[in-house]
Amino acid sequence: MSKQSPNILSPRQMAFRRFVSHRAAVVSCAIISLLTLFVILAPFTARYGVNQSVQGPPNSFLNPRANAWLGTDDIGRDLYSRLIYGVRVSLLIGLASAIISVTLGALVGAVAGFRGGKFDDIMMRVTDLFLAFPFLVTLLVVRNVLGALPWLRPITGDMSSVRFIIVLFGLFGWMGVARIVRGQVLSLKEREFVEAARAVGASRRYIIARHLLPNSVGPIMVALTFSVVGAIIGESTLAFFGYGPQAGDGATSLGILVGAAKGAVQTGYWWLAVFPCLMLIVIALSINFIGDALRDATDPRLDRGV
Amino acid sequence: MLRYILRRLAWSVPTLLIVTFLVYLALRIGTDPVASYKRVNPRATRAKVAEYIDVNGLDPNFVQGYFKWLRNFITGEWPRSIKGRREVWPALKDAMANTLRLGTAATVVGIFFGLIAGVMAALRPGGKRDVFINTSAFVGISVPPFISAIMFQLLFAVYWQRWFGESLFPTSGVYPAGHTGFDLFLMLKFMALPTLVVAIQIIATYSRYMRSSLLDVLNSDYMRTARSKGISERRVLIKHGMRNALIPVVTIAALDVGSIVGGLIITENIFSYPGMGLYFLKSFGEGDFPLLMPWMVVIVASVLFFNLIADISYAWLDPRIRLE
Repeated sequence: MSKQSPNILSPRQMAFRRFVSHRAAVVSCAIISLLTLFVILAPFTARYGVNQSVQGPPNSFLNPRANAWLGTDDIGRDLYSRLIYGVRVSLLIGLASAIISVTLGALVGAVAGFRGGKFDDIMMRVTDLFLAFPFLVTLLVVRNVLGALPWLRPITGDMSSVRFIIVLFGLFGWMGVARIVRGQVLSLKEREFVEAARAVGASRRYIIARHLLPNSVGPIMVALTFSVVGAIIGESTLAFFGYGPQAGDGATSLGILVGAAKGAVQTGYWWLAVFPCLMLIVIALSINFIGDALRDATDPRLDRGV
Repeated sequence: MLRYILRRLAWSVPTLLIVTFLVYLALRIGTDPVASYKRVNPRATRAKVAEYIDVNGLDPNFVQGYFKWLRNFITGEWPRSIKGRREVWPALKDAMANTLRLGTAATVVGIFFGLIAGVMAALRPGGKRDVFINTSAFVGISVPPFISAIMFQLLFAVYWQRWFGESLFPTSGVYPAGHTGFDLFLMLKFMALPTLVVAIQIIATYSRYMRSSLLDVLNSDYMRTARSKGISERRVLIKHGMRNALIPVVTIAALDVGSIVGGLIITENIFSYPGMGLYFLKSFGEGDFPLLMPWMVVIVASVLFFNLIADISYAWLDPRIRLE
């Protein structure tokens, strides 16, 4: 019986070690977990309701103080509590739309890369064209088109709803993912194990589902993190320009809060501008760091001898 | 080479037509031009509306309508804007000039500092300087432009004024209200903050591109050959290293025009800078079809043009690329 030497690691263990060696990513993981916890426990962590005033009037534009840690907004609501509720909606938007776009993108990318030919050509042309245009312009135009098609109404819901934003970014974000997965599949499909599968008569669908996609998990995970950031920033951008989800009864989002910052700058209510912006920066930076570390960790070519 | 360029040019015409047709479709479905016209001009007579539909090519049949619009567009009979019946070309021309100025300034500043930072990072990979530049660039690409714009406004204008009595940079427009004539210094002062916002994005992106590209080159065999021939390190770096490292960067720069314009749109809006971005957001908000279509044509054409430049420069700079 041979004893396994302790320094032989499985690829997964190696990837984990490489990930942990990225210090910024580990800190980012902690920050995101903490935020998620805060947001899930919103009824306990928030001090006031979304639309609840801190105290009786006069309560608008109070600067940070004991009963409102991060100050209050124009109608006297606590910014700290609203940030928690806002981040909750934004993380939901990010995660939900990233899952849609990564699923779509992985499928399209895998099929395009594996089949090649016309389908591949057209797909890549279309994505190139879409990605070459100014992001905000395409986003606004696509948003209006989606909102104007009556037969999409049952799926998308009202144009100012959170669901609409999720569907929009889900449909919008697949292109970048498709490109990444396609590249991965192109290099994988020439490998021996795919050829072996083909030799024993495996169907196309089987090869894609059983060999190509599982071997692209690394890039797909990376794409997922970047889609989450993309959707969160995208939502804020839309909301900033007044095209985001509307604050219905009580709902808010990071985008709505950042949008309100625009008006607070000239008047000097700095807390309304600084805290939502800082929150957005922290979230974007953390998820980007995680994605960066994931990319380093899952790409064996980058082995830095850890 | 010439044949290649001509062929690509010939191809760009049908591409332009197809893409503008798609834009036409999207705008007609998404903004409903006739309804917006009636909304802005509630007292328009039926004849007026019919005329509006006719000059804009808004026929119920999309294909017919598109060709009608195209004919009017090419012959220079551009319909006037729905709000105030303004002529489109003067407004578009001014917006283009302003954006070109801002975009050029930001691109020049951005690429210059971006390349320098990238080279400095790549020369000693893993060193303190590398880590610092790399981390800053990472923060730079993670922060969306409207956030940095808000922060700069708050710091350099509003709070600077509170602390020192006078704001360092103005936050909106090209000139102060009521100013006439040309004043370079004043103009630069007004452009400073928007340029900075856009340039930060470009610096962050290009320092990363340049760093990885130069690192690839520095590890290649021909660099070792050049060094072993006894050429001075400086000469190796400039003649062999930089030149080859710039090839992919140039291509990316040309392909990146879309994202630079995207950053400009956001930045212009925040600083009320009267360029293409403000033009777009205003006319899009009103559903002003006569203003929007020429804008789209300009954007589509410039994206296609810079794509062409990217391909050509790539083929021209890298002798390994064969065109046929």
